[in-house]
Amino acid sequence: MRYIEPHGHMVSRTTDDYAAMAAAGCAAVCEPAFWAGFDRRSVDGFYDYFCQLTEHEPKRAAKFGLPHYSWLCINPKEAEDLKLAEEVLSIIPEFIDKPNVLGIGEIGLNKNSRNELKVLEMHIDLAAARDQLILVHTPHLEDKRKGTRLILDALKNDPRIRPERCVIDHVEEHTVKMVLGEGFWAGMTLYPESKCSPSRAIDMLEIYGAERIWMNSACDWGVSVPLAVPHAMLEMRRRGHLADWIDQVVFGNPKAFMEQSPHFPLAAAGTDTSK
Amino acid sequence: MTRQQVLDLYFLDARHKLIDLAAFVDRVERSEGKADFRMEAFYQAAKVLAGSQPDKAATTLNVFSDPTTEPIEAATTKAACGAWPGGAKTADASRP
Repeated sequence: MRYIEPHGHMVSRTTDDYAAMAAAGCAAVCEPAFWAGFDRRSVDGFYDYFCQLTEHEPKRAAKFGLPHYSWLCINPKEAEDLKLAEEVLSIIPEFIDKPNVLGIGEIGLNKNSRNELKVLEMHIDLAAARDQLILVHTPHLEDKRKGTRLILDALKNDPRIRPERCVIDHVEEHTVKMVLGEGFWAGMTLYPESKCSPSRAIDMLEIYGAERIWMNSACDWGVSVPLAVPHAMLEMRRRGHLADWIDQVVFGNPKAFMEQSPHFPLAAAGTDTSK
Repeated sequence: MTRQQVLDLYFLDARHKLIDLAAFVDRVERSEGKADFRMEAFYQAAKVLAGSQPDKAATTLNVFSDPTTEPIEAATTKAACGAWPGGAKTADASRP
Protein backbone atom coordinates (compact mmCIF):
# COMPACT_ATOMS: atom_id res chain seq x y z
CA MET A 1 0.00 0.00 0.00
CA ARG A 2 1.05 3.58 -0.64
CA TYR A 3 1.76 6.15 2.03
CA ILE A 4 3.24 9.61 2.47
CA GLU A 5 5.91 10.27 5.08
CA PRO A 6 4.81 13.74 6.18
CA HIS A 7 7.62 14.27 8.69
CA GLY A 8 11.07 12.76 8.14
CA HIS A 9 14.46 14.36 8.83
CA MET A 10 16.14 12.70 5.91
CA VAL A 11 19.36 14.72 6.14
CA SER A 12 20.07 12.50 9.18
CA ARG A 13 19.25 9.23 7.43
CA THR A 14 21.14 6.93 5.13
CA THR A 15 20.52 6.25 1.48
CA ASP A 16 19.45 2.75 2.51
CA ASP A 17 16.55 4.36 4.39
CA TYR A 18 15.39 6.06 1.19
CA ALA A 19 15.52 2.72 -0.61
CA ALA A 20 13.59 0.95 2.15
CA MET A 21 10.93 3.65 2.28
CA ALA A 22 10.44 3.61 -1.48
CA ALA A 23 10.22 -0.19 -1.46
CA ALA A 24 7.61 -0.03 1.32
CA GLY A 25 5.30 2.17 -0.77
CA CYS A 26 6.35 5.68 0.19
CA ALA A 27 5.02 8.14 -2.41
CA ALA A 28 6.56 11.34 -1.04
CA VAL A 29 8.61 12.51 1.90
CA CYS A 30 8.30 15.87 3.65
CA GLU A 31 11.15 17.26 5.74
CA PRO A 32 10.73 20.01 8.33
CA ALA A 33 13.74 22.02 9.44
CA PHE A 34 14.93 20.93 12.87
CA TRP A 35 17.68 20.99 15.45
CA ALA A 36 20.89 19.30 14.29
CA GLY A 37 21.70 17.88 17.72
CA PHE A 38 24.06 20.78 18.36
CA ASP A 39 23.58 24.54 18.20
CA ARG A 40 24.61 26.13 14.92
CA ARG A 41 27.01 28.99 15.58
CA SER A 42 25.71 31.52 13.07
CA VAL A 43 23.10 32.27 10.46
CA ASP A 44 25.50 30.90 7.86
CA GLY A 45 24.95 27.40 9.25
CA PHE A 46 21.24 27.81 8.61
CA TYR A 47 21.86 29.17 5.13
CA ASP A 48 23.74 26.01 4.24
CA TYR A 49 21.06 23.85 5.90
CA PHE A 50 18.29 25.53 3.91
CA CYS A 51 20.31 24.93 0.72
CA GLN A 52 20.58 21.28 1.72
CA LEU A 53 16.81 21.05 2.31
CA THR A 54 15.82 22.78 -0.92
CA GLU A 55 18.52 21.70 -3.37
CA HIS A 56 20.55 18.67 -2.33
CA GLU A 57 18.07 16.48 -0.45
CA PRO A 58 15.44 16.51 -3.24
CA LYS A 59 18.10 15.16 -5.62
CA ARG A 60 19.04 12.39 -3.17
CA ALA A 61 15.39 11.38 -2.79
CA ALA A 62 14.75 11.54 -6.53
CA LYS A 63 17.23 8.72 -7.09
CA PHE A 64 14.60 6.47 -5.52
CA GLY A 65 11.64 8.05 -7.26
CA LEU A 66 10.64 9.94 -4.15
CA PRO A 67 9.40 13.54 -4.38
CA HIS A 68 10.96 15.48 -1.50
CA TYR A 69 9.38 18.54 0.15
CA SER A 70 10.68 20.74 2.92
CA TRP A 71 9.66 23.24 5.59
CA LEU A 72 11.82 26.11 6.86
CA CYS A 73 12.40 27.68 10.27
CA ILE A 74 14.72 27.93 13.24
CA ASN A 75 13.78 25.15 15.62
CA PRO A 76 12.52 26.11 19.10
CA LYS A 77 15.56 24.40 20.63
CA GLU A 78 17.65 27.24 19.19
CA ALA A 79 15.13 29.98 19.93
CA GLU A 80 16.55 31.22 23.21
CA ASP A 81 19.00 33.40 21.21
CA LEU A 82 16.68 36.10 19.84
CA LYS A 83 19.35 37.79 17.72
CA LEU A 84 20.21 34.53 15.93
CA ALA A 85 16.52 33.78 15.48
CA GLU A 86 15.93 37.18 13.87
CA GLU A 87 18.86 36.63 11.52
CA VAL A 88 17.58 33.20 10.50
CA LEU A 89 14.07 34.49 9.92
CA SER A 90 15.52 37.21 7.70
CA ILE A 91 16.97 34.67 5.23
CA ILE A 92 13.88 32.43 5.01
CA PRO A 93 12.20 34.64 2.34
CA GLU A 94 15.13 33.88 0.04
CA PHE A 95 14.15 30.18 0.14
CA ILE A 96 10.40 30.26 0.64
CA ASP A 97 9.54 30.20 -3.06
CA LYS A 98 11.81 27.26 -3.87
CA PRO A 99 9.72 24.61 -5.64
CA ASN A 100 9.84 22.02 -2.85
CA VAL A 101 9.04 24.33 0.09
CA LEU A 102 5.63 23.73 1.69
CA GLY A 103 5.69 26.31 4.46
CA ILE A 104 7.08 27.28 7.86
CA GLY A 105 8.03 24.46 10.21
CA GLU A 106 8.65 22.77 12.45
CA ILE A 107 8.12 25.77 14.68
CA GLY A 108 6.72 25.65 18.19
CA LEU A 109 8.06 25.43 21.72
CA ASN A 110 10.58 23.23 23.54
CA LYS A 111 10.81 24.29 27.20
CA ASN A 112 7.96 26.82 26.96
CA SER A 113 10.14 29.87 27.61
CA ARG A 114 9.32 33.51 26.89
CA ASN A 115 11.94 33.78 24.13
CA GLU A 116 10.73 30.56 22.50
CA LEU A 117 7.24 32.07 22.48
CA LYS A 118 8.53 35.30 20.92
CA VAL A 119 10.27 33.37 18.15
CA LEU A 120 7.15 31.28 17.59
CA GLU A 121 5.15 34.50 17.16
CA MET A 122 7.75 35.81 14.70
CA HIS A 123 7.39 32.62 12.64
CA ILE A 124 3.60 32.84 12.77
CA ASP A 125 3.81 36.42 11.51
CA LEU A 126 6.09 35.38 8.65
CA ALA A 127 3.78 32.51 7.68
CA ALA A 128 0.70 34.72 7.81
CA ALA A 129 2.33 37.52 5.82
CA ARG A 130 3.28 35.07 3.07
CA ASP A 131 0.19 32.85 3.30
CA GLN A 132 2.27 29.79 4.15
CA LEU A 133 1.21 26.49 5.70
CA ILE A 134 2.48 25.91 9.25
CA LEU A 135 3.88 22.72 10.77
CA VAL A 136 4.20 22.83 14.56
CA HIS A 137 6.45 20.84 16.88
CA THR A 138 4.96 20.39 20.35
CA PRO A 139 7.29 19.95 23.34
CA HIS A 140 8.53 16.69 24.77
CA LEU A 141 7.25 14.65 27.68
CA GLU A 142 6.33 16.71 30.76
CA ASP A 143 6.36 19.96 28.74
CA LYS A 144 3.93 18.85 26.03
CA ARG A 145 0.52 19.61 27.53
CA LYS A 146 1.41 23.14 28.67
CA GLY A 147 3.32 23.87 25.46
CA THR A 148 0.51 22.67 23.23
CA ARG A 149 -1.91 25.00 25.00
CA LEU A 150 0.48 27.96 24.64
CA ILE A 151 1.03 27.18 20.94
CA LEU A 152 -2.68 26.92 20.12
CA ASP A 153 -3.29 30.22 21.92
CA ALA A 154 -0.46 31.91 19.98
CA LEU A 155 -1.89 30.69 16.66
CA LYS A 156 -5.42 31.73 17.57
CA ASN A 157 -4.20 35.17 18.68
CA ASP A 158 -3.30 35.97 15.07
CA PRO A 159 -6.56 36.52 13.14
CA ARG A 160 -4.81 35.81 9.82
CA ILE A 161 -4.11 32.21 10.79
CA ARG A 162 -6.57 29.57 9.61
CA PRO A 163 -6.41 26.42 11.75
CA GLU A 164 -7.07 24.18 8.75
CA ARG A 165 -3.71 25.32 7.34
CA CYS A 166 -1.77 24.37 10.48
CA VAL A 167 -0.76 20.88 11.60
CA ILE A 168 0.11 20.40 15.27
CA ASP A 169 2.51 17.50 15.41
CA HIS A 170 3.50 14.98 18.09
CA VAL A 171 0.04 14.88 19.70
CA GLU A 172 -0.64 12.27 22.36
CA GLU A 173 -3.73 11.23 24.25
CA HIS A 174 -3.70 14.30 26.52
CA THR A 175 -3.37 16.84 23.67
CA VAL A 176 -5.13 15.37 20.62
CA LYS A 177 -8.59 16.41 21.76
CA MET A 178 -7.72 20.11 22.17
CA VAL A 179 -5.90 20.20 18.81
CA LEU A 180 -8.70 18.62 16.77
CA GLY A 181 -11.41 20.34 18.81
CA GLU A 182 -10.04 23.77 17.89
CA GLY A 183 -9.98 23.02 14.16
CA PHE A 184 -6.29 22.25 13.63
CA TRP A 185 -4.78 19.21 11.95
CA ALA A 186 -3.03 16.73 14.24
CA GLY A 187 0.10 14.67 13.61
CA MET A 188 0.91 11.53 15.57
CA THR A 189 4.59 10.61 15.73
CA LEU A 190 5.52 6.94 15.99
CA TYR A 191 8.63 6.69 18.17
CA PRO A 192 10.07 3.67 19.95
CA GLU A 193 10.74 5.45 23.28
CA SER A 194 8.57 8.54 23.43
CA LYS A 195 5.58 10.13 21.74
CA CYS A 196 3.28 7.39 20.28
CA SER A 197 3.39 3.68 19.58
CA PRO A 198 1.45 2.41 16.55
CA SER A 199 -1.18 0.83 18.80
CA ARG A 200 -1.74 4.07 20.72
CA ALA A 201 -1.95 6.07 17.49
CA ILE A 202 -4.56 3.69 16.11
CA ASP A 203 -6.49 3.93 19.39
CA MET A 204 -6.67 7.70 18.88
CA LEU A 205 -7.85 7.25 15.31
CA GLU A 206 -10.59 4.88 16.48
CA ILE A 207 -11.66 7.27 19.25
CA TYR A 208 -11.43 10.64 17.48
CA GLY A 209 -11.90 9.59 13.84
CA ALA A 210 -9.69 9.78 10.77
CA GLU A 211 -10.36 13.39 9.77
CA ARG A 212 -7.60 16.05 9.89
CA ILE A 213 -5.05 13.64 11.33
CA TRP A 214 -1.96 11.83 10.07
CA MET A 215 0.87 9.70 11.37
CA ASN A 216 4.59 10.06 10.76
CA SER A 217 7.92 8.56 11.77
CA ALA A 218 9.76 11.85 12.37
CA CYS A 219 12.85 9.76 11.71
CA ASP A 220 16.01 11.70 12.55
CA TRP A 221 19.42 11.29 14.21
CA GLY A 222 17.84 9.95 17.41
CA VAL A 223 16.16 6.63 18.20
CA SER A 224 13.55 6.44 15.44
CA VAL A 225 12.22 4.11 12.75
CA PRO A 226 11.97 5.34 9.13
CA LEU A 227 9.44 2.58 8.34
CA ALA A 228 7.25 3.34 11.36
CA VAL A 229 4.28 4.32 9.18
CA PRO A 230 4.19 1.06 7.16
CA HIS A 231 4.55 -0.84 10.43
CA ALA A 232 1.52 1.04 11.75
CA MET A 233 -0.35 0.18 8.54
CA LEU A 234 0.32 -3.50 9.29
CA GLU A 235 -1.02 -2.95 12.81
CA MET A 236 -4.18 -1.40 11.36
CA ARG A 237 -4.67 -4.43 9.13
CA ARG A 238 -4.20 -6.74 12.14
CA ARG A 239 -7.06 -4.89 13.82
CA GLY A 240 -9.25 -5.48 10.80
CA HIS A 241 -9.32 -1.99 9.37
CA LEU A 242 -10.18 -1.78 5.69
CA ALA A 243 -7.73 -0.75 3.00
CA ASP A 244 -9.65 2.42 2.12
CA TRP A 245 -9.58 3.64 5.73
CA ILE A 246 -5.86 2.96 6.04
CA ASP A 247 -5.24 4.71 2.73
CA GLN A 248 -7.11 7.79 3.94
CA VAL A 249 -4.99 8.00 7.09
CA VAL A 250 -1.55 7.41 5.61
CA PHE A 251 -1.96 8.84 2.10
CA GLY A 252 -5.18 10.81 1.59
CA ASN A 253 -4.94 12.93 4.72
CA PRO A 254 -1.34 14.15 4.38
CA LYS A 255 -1.97 14.69 0.66
CA ALA A 256 -5.08 16.77 1.41
CA PHE A 257 -3.22 18.95 3.89
CA MET A 258 -0.11 19.42 1.79
CA GLU A 259 -2.10 20.15 -1.37
CA GLN A 260 -3.09 23.43 0.24
CA SER A 261 0.40 24.48 -0.87
CA PRO A 262 0.80 25.13 -4.60
CA HIS A 263 4.19 23.41 -4.31
CA PHE A 264 2.65 19.97 -3.69
CA PRO A 265 1.56 18.71 -7.12
CA LEU A 266 1.89 15.06 -6.15
CA ALA A 267 -0.53 13.67 -8.71
CA ALA A 268 0.77 15.92 -11.46
CA ALA A 269 4.28 14.69 -10.77
CA GLY A 270 3.21 11.20 -11.77
CA THR A 271 3.79 9.79 -8.32
CA ASP A 272 0.18 9.12 -7.38
CA THR A 273 0.84 5.40 -7.25
CA SER A 274 -2.01 2.95 -7.26
CA LYS A 275 -2.98 1.17 -4.08
CA MET B 1 -12.79 -5.21 17.83
CA THR B 2 -14.51 -7.26 20.51
CA ARG B 3 -12.92 -7.51 23.96
CA GLN B 4 -11.94 -11.08 23.13
CA GLN B 5 -10.17 -9.90 19.97
CA VAL B 6 -8.39 -7.08 21.81
CA LEU B 7 -7.16 -9.51 24.45
CA ASP B 8 -6.10 -12.09 21.89
CA LEU B 9 -4.12 -9.47 20.00
CA TYR B 10 -2.58 -7.47 22.85
CA PHE B 11 -2.65 -9.36 26.17
CA LEU B 12 0.73 -11.08 25.88
CA ASP B 13 2.39 -7.84 24.79
CA ALA B 14 0.81 -5.92 27.68
CA ARG B 15 1.75 -8.66 30.15
CA HIS B 16 5.32 -8.51 28.91
CA LYS B 17 5.42 -4.72 29.37
CA LEU B 18 3.87 -4.89 32.84
CA ILE B 19 6.42 -7.44 34.08
CA ASP B 20 9.18 -5.30 32.61
CA LEU B 21 7.82 -2.36 34.62
CA ALA B 22 7.71 -4.47 37.78
CA ALA B 23 11.31 -5.53 37.23
CA PHE B 24 12.26 -1.87 36.70
CA VAL B 25 10.71 -0.93 40.04
CA ASP B 26 12.55 -3.83 41.72
CA ARG B 27 15.80 -2.58 40.17
CA VAL B 28 15.26 0.97 41.38
CA GLU B 29 14.32 -0.21 44.89
CA ARG B 30 17.38 -2.49 45.12
CA SER B 31 19.68 0.39 44.22
CA GLU B 32 21.22 2.87 46.67
CA GLY B 33 20.22 6.52 46.44
CA LYS B 34 17.83 9.29 47.33
CA ALA B 35 14.14 9.60 46.53
CA ASP B 36 13.50 11.01 43.08
CA PHE B 37 10.59 13.06 41.77
CA ARG B 38 10.42 10.87 38.69
CA MET B 39 9.64 7.77 40.75
CA GLU B 40 7.10 9.70 42.81
CA ALA B 41 5.28 10.52 39.57
CA PHE B 42 5.75 6.95 38.37
CA TYR B 43 4.08 5.46 41.47
CA GLN B 44 1.24 7.98 41.17
CA ALA B 45 0.76 7.11 37.50
CA ALA B 46 0.80 3.37 38.26
CA LYS B 47 -2.28 3.85 40.41
CA VAL B 48 -4.19 5.02 37.33
CA LEU B 49 -3.97 1.53 35.82
CA ALA B 50 -6.04 -0.06 38.57
CA GLY B 51 -8.53 2.81 38.84
CA SER B 52 -12.03 2.86 37.44
CA GLN B 53 -11.81 6.12 35.46
CA PRO B 54 -11.80 6.14 31.63
CA ASP B 55 -9.04 7.71 29.50
CA LYS B 56 -6.22 6.07 31.42
CA ALA B 57 -3.56 6.94 28.84
CA ALA B 58 -4.41 10.65 28.95
CA THR B 59 -4.66 10.59 32.74
CA THR B 60 -1.26 8.93 33.02
CA LEU B 61 0.30 11.51 30.70
CA ASN B 62 -1.27 14.29 32.77
CA VAL B 63 0.32 12.90 35.95
CA PHE B 64 3.75 13.44 34.40
CA SER B 65 2.91 16.88 32.94
CA ASP B 66 3.86 20.40 34.01
CA PRO B 67 0.63 21.74 35.55
CA THR B 68 1.57 25.44 35.21
CA THR B 69 0.24 27.68 32.45
CA GLU B 70 2.68 30.62 32.11
CA PRO B 71 5.88 30.56 30.01
CA ILE B 72 9.08 30.14 32.04
CA GLU B 73 11.51 33.06 32.10
CA ALA B 74 14.27 31.29 30.15
CA ALA B 75 15.19 27.80 29.02
CA THR B 76 18.26 26.63 30.92
CA THR B 77 18.30 23.21 29.25
CA LYS B 78 16.99 21.73 26.02
CA ALA B 79 16.10 18.40 27.60
CA ALA B 80 12.95 16.94 29.10
CA CYS B 81 13.19 14.24 31.74
CA GLY B 82 9.74 12.64 31.59
CA ALA B 83 8.22 14.02 34.78
CA TRP B 84 7.65 17.55 36.00
CA PRO B 85 10.45 18.32 38.43
CA GLY B 86 8.66 21.18 40.12
CA GLY B 87 11.98 22.58 41.27
CA ALA B 88 14.31 19.63 41.03
CA LYS B 89 16.80 19.47 38.15
CA THR B 90 17.37 16.09 36.59
CA ALA B 91 17.30 15.90 32.83
CA ASP B 92 17.76 13.14 30.32
CA ALA B 93 20.05 13.62 27.35
CA SER B 94 18.82 15.59 24.39
CA ARG B 95 15.99 14.50 22.16
CA PRO B 96 15.41 15.65 18.58
